[in-house]
Parts: sequence; structure tokens; C-alpha cells
Amino acid sequence: MANQAEPLPIGGFAEDAEADARFLAHKRWLAWRRRLLPLGAVLLFLLLWWQAVVQFEIKPFIAPSPVAVATVLVERFGILMANLLPTAIEAVCGFLLGNIAAISLATVFVYRKTAEEALFPIAVMVNTIPVVAKAPILVLLLGNGMEPKIAIAAIICFFPTLVNMTRGLRDVRPEQLELMRILSATPREVFFRIRVPNALPYLFSALKIAASTAVIGAIVGEWIGSNVGIGALIIQATYNFDSPLLYATIVVGSTFSALFFGVISLAERRMLRWHSAHKD
Amino acid sequence: MAETAVSCEKVSVRFTSERGTVTALDKIDLSIPRGSFLTLLGPSGCGKSTLLRVMADLIAPTSGRVSVLGGAPQAAREARQIGFVFQDPALLAWRSVLENVSLPLEVGGGKSLPGARAPRELLSLVGLDGWERAYPHELSGGMRQRVAIARALVSGPRLLLMDEPFGALDEITRDRLNEELLQLWAATGTTIVFVTHSIYEAAFLGQSVLLLAARPGRVREQVPVPLPSPRRLAQRETPEFTSLAGHLRRVLETC
Repeated sequence: MANQAEPLPIGGFAEDAEADARFLAHKRWLAWRRRLLPLGAVLLFLLLWWQAVVQFEIKPFIAPSPVAVATVLVERFGILMANLLPTAIEAVCGFLLGNIAAISLATVFVYRKTAEEALFPIAVMVNTIPVVAKAPILVLLLGNGMEPKIAIAAIICFFPTLVNMTRGLRDVRPEQLELMRILSATPREVFFRIRVPNALPYLFSALKIAASTAVIGAIVGEWIGSNVGIGALIIQATYNFDSPLLYATIVVGSTFSALFFGVISLAERRMLRWHSAHKD
Repeated sequence: MAETAVSCEKVSVRFTSERGTVTALDKIDLSIPRGSFLTLLGPSGCGKSTLLRVMADLIAPTSGRVSVLGGAPQAAREARQIGFVFQDPALLAWRSVLENVSLPLEVGGGKSLPGARAPRELLSLVGLDGWERAYPHELSGGMRQRVAIARALVSGPRLLLMDEPFGALDEITRDRLNEELLQLWAATGTTIVFVTHSIYEAAFLGQSVLLLAARPGRVREQVPVPLPSPRRLAQRETPEFTSLAGHLRRVLETC
């Protein structure tokens, strides 16, 4: 019998330390390769960019060299962070609000088909309005503070989560529902023990999309009527032809977006260990 | 006459769709003694699964009377006296083997289960000691079905309904599980109704085989199986078994 901590469905492997060692060494090499390849590509790209700026004598306000961008990142770190903070708050609040609303509505849809038939077309319509068009409407409605930015981030997150969560809650195998009926399970038990866990993989695919789009939503919201935030800084830097600051701002915004995505991916890996997509 | 576990009187089930009404079961009369092992055999479309689902209170009969363990099927289901094993093991992928087997003890609105058994004890009964913490995707098809059987037995049901549980397994695994199921039956004393489309499985497992004919689903013949217990796979090579299987096949050809 296989050991308890790590059961293997197949037994009867012969012990071969040398082959095992070779296999593990190869696996380690592949793991390193996976990390080093993109890093190498990025470094090469930065080098090319830098050399292009130097060789072709491109003026700093057209495109800055990576060195200039790095200098701004270090020297004006305080300003960049001061502007990241409101954007981050707006993105995270919008993310939470939008997803909570979407999950709640998906739950209603699964139990009330009428609600889905009535409301889903509206959700589709709202989703077709471009963000740049939604932003001014919300600024007019909600003023110049953080509220319209949070609202934009929330609306952007809402749709993918609504669609995925509805599907996840609904795509339950019929045998599992029959099983719960045999067990005389209450509707609440069916929801929390079957539908919700079944929907988690669907939910996380939506949350990963939402993590990056929420940041984009907040930034676009800041383009209109705001003097703080990554979006405002982008506009300011563009009008001042301060391209190193513009690029540095973009780097900061993207890094935050990637971190947000990473946190959600980490949560997914933690919560969905059972999911076959995360098998080794 | 022994006490009956399940009895059906003129049970009919009709399904209505846009293409018209289909009679899945037509006036089924049936009586299953307590503690017995009955196999339901028939061509596809004969309503064997439908009949099983009527007993489990998953489908209400259009007409006729069904009695399960002395009452209505709904009462038996709500008293958690029915265990059901599907062709698909229907395990919950997010729960470990032990958590899957424990599921019936956690649901049902917190009703007490006097006949409940320890999940670990049942896992050992189906030969899965040491696999408690594994997840369904780590198991083979046969092992998953063993988990499903353990889960069906954990509430201590007096009636176990099995809908082609080994239909998707390879023959070697199926043979082994057939033998093990008979041992489980002897150990638990549960009444078992087992749906299959394999003649050999039906004849090897059942104390009697109920042959169903298709379109509409109706009882064709109930054939007692005269093989002694405990049964071993080698008994399938005896002349008695061969002639029984031959008889079942000839009847099936006319169904």
C-alpha cells in the first residue's frame, strides 16, 4: 500500500535512485528555465530599447530611455506611491463591490429564472457601453471624489463574474443533485455543499480577469475630473511632455495590477487544491 | 411469505414531451423480499433505471402503488432508509475520500440517524484503508465506485439501489467488485436491487433476475437463480450457470 501522506493510484514501481535523481534534476532544470526565459527576454528588450534611444538620438519627450524611467522611479518614488494609493483603494473597493453584487445576482438568477430573463439583457447592454463613456456619466452622478472611480471599477468587474458565477452555480452534475435528494438534503445544504464549491473554479477565472480590469477601470475613472491617482498622473505627465514620469507611472500601475492578479491566483491555488487543472 | 422490502402494484410511468407521450413503465407488478438481492436486466429503454428511481422517490409514478419498507417511498427516503449508487460515482471532487463518505451524515437538516455507521469502518469494508485523505481525481474508476458504495451504506440503509454501478468499469475490476459486493451484502443484510445490462452480472449477483421488456417497459419474466452461496467467480463456468445465462439471453432476444 502506498504511504498515507501521498497516495499513488498505481503501485509496483521499482526503486531506481539514479533514474530518480536524473528525473528530479531534469525537473529542476525545467523549472529554472521557465523562470529565466521570460526574465532574459525582458532584459534583452530593455537593452534594445535603451540602445535604440541612444543610437537614434530619440528626444526624451518622444520616448525616454529605460535609464531615465528607472531614475524617475527611484527619485520620485514618494509621488508615485502617493498617487498609487487612491487608485489601489478605488480598484480594490470596486473589485469587492462589483463581485459581491455579481455573486448575489448570480445566486438570484439560479433560483429565479424570471429575474435572469428580465435583468440579464440590461446587464449585457450596460456591458456594451465603453468605459470611457461610462466614466463621465458616473462623474456627473457621483461627483469628483473616489465614488465614481469605485463605481466604474465595480461595473467592469461585475459582468464577467455574473456570467461565470451563474454558469458555475448551474452546471452541477444531475447525479449530484439526485444524490442530495436521496439524502433529503435541504435547499440550503444543496447550495452550500454542491453549488458553491462547484462554482468556485468558474468564479476564480472571473476574479482573475476582474483583478486587472478593476485597476484599468479606476485609472480610466481618474482621467476625468481628478487630480490624484495613477490616471491623473498619466494625464498630467502627458500634458507636460514628461515622458519619463509617464512611463514610470505606467510601470507602477502595471506592477500593482500584476500583484493584484497574483494575490487572486494564490488564493485560487489555496482554495482549489482539489481542482484537476491544478494537478502537477 | 417473508416481509417485503419493495412492492409495486400496476406501476406505470409516462413522460410527456413535445414529441408526445412515452410510456416508460407499464403496469409493473413486483414484490421484493427483505434481505434479498434482485437484479433488473433488460435492453436499453426498458425502464430499469426508471423503476429504480421510482423506488428511490426520485420519480413519482403516473399511476399504481409503490410501497418501500412498509410505507410510501417518500417516507423511506426521508427516514434515510435508501442508499443509491449511480453509474457515475458522483463523488464531490472538492472533498477527500473520507469527507465524501461522511457527506450523508452531514446533510438532511440535522436529523439523527440511528443506523449510521462510522465512515472509516465502511472504507475498510470496501477495501480502502489508508486512502481516507486522497481526493477523487487520485483514484481509479473502481476505487471511486467503492467510495460511492461506502457513501451509500454509511447511513445504514435497509434498501440499497444500484443503477449500473459497474457499467463503466473494465471487466477485471467489475468481476472483483461483483464478488466484493456479494460479501458486503452478506455482511450488511441490506436488500439490494441492482440494475445491469450484463447477463453474466445479473445471473452472478442476483438471487433472482427480473427481466424487463422495452417499449413499453414491462415485466417479462422473473427467473430464480439456483446457484449456492457464497458465490465465487469460478461458478460462472458451471453448466448450471451457463444454461441459466443461455436462458436469459434467449428471453432477452425476444424483449
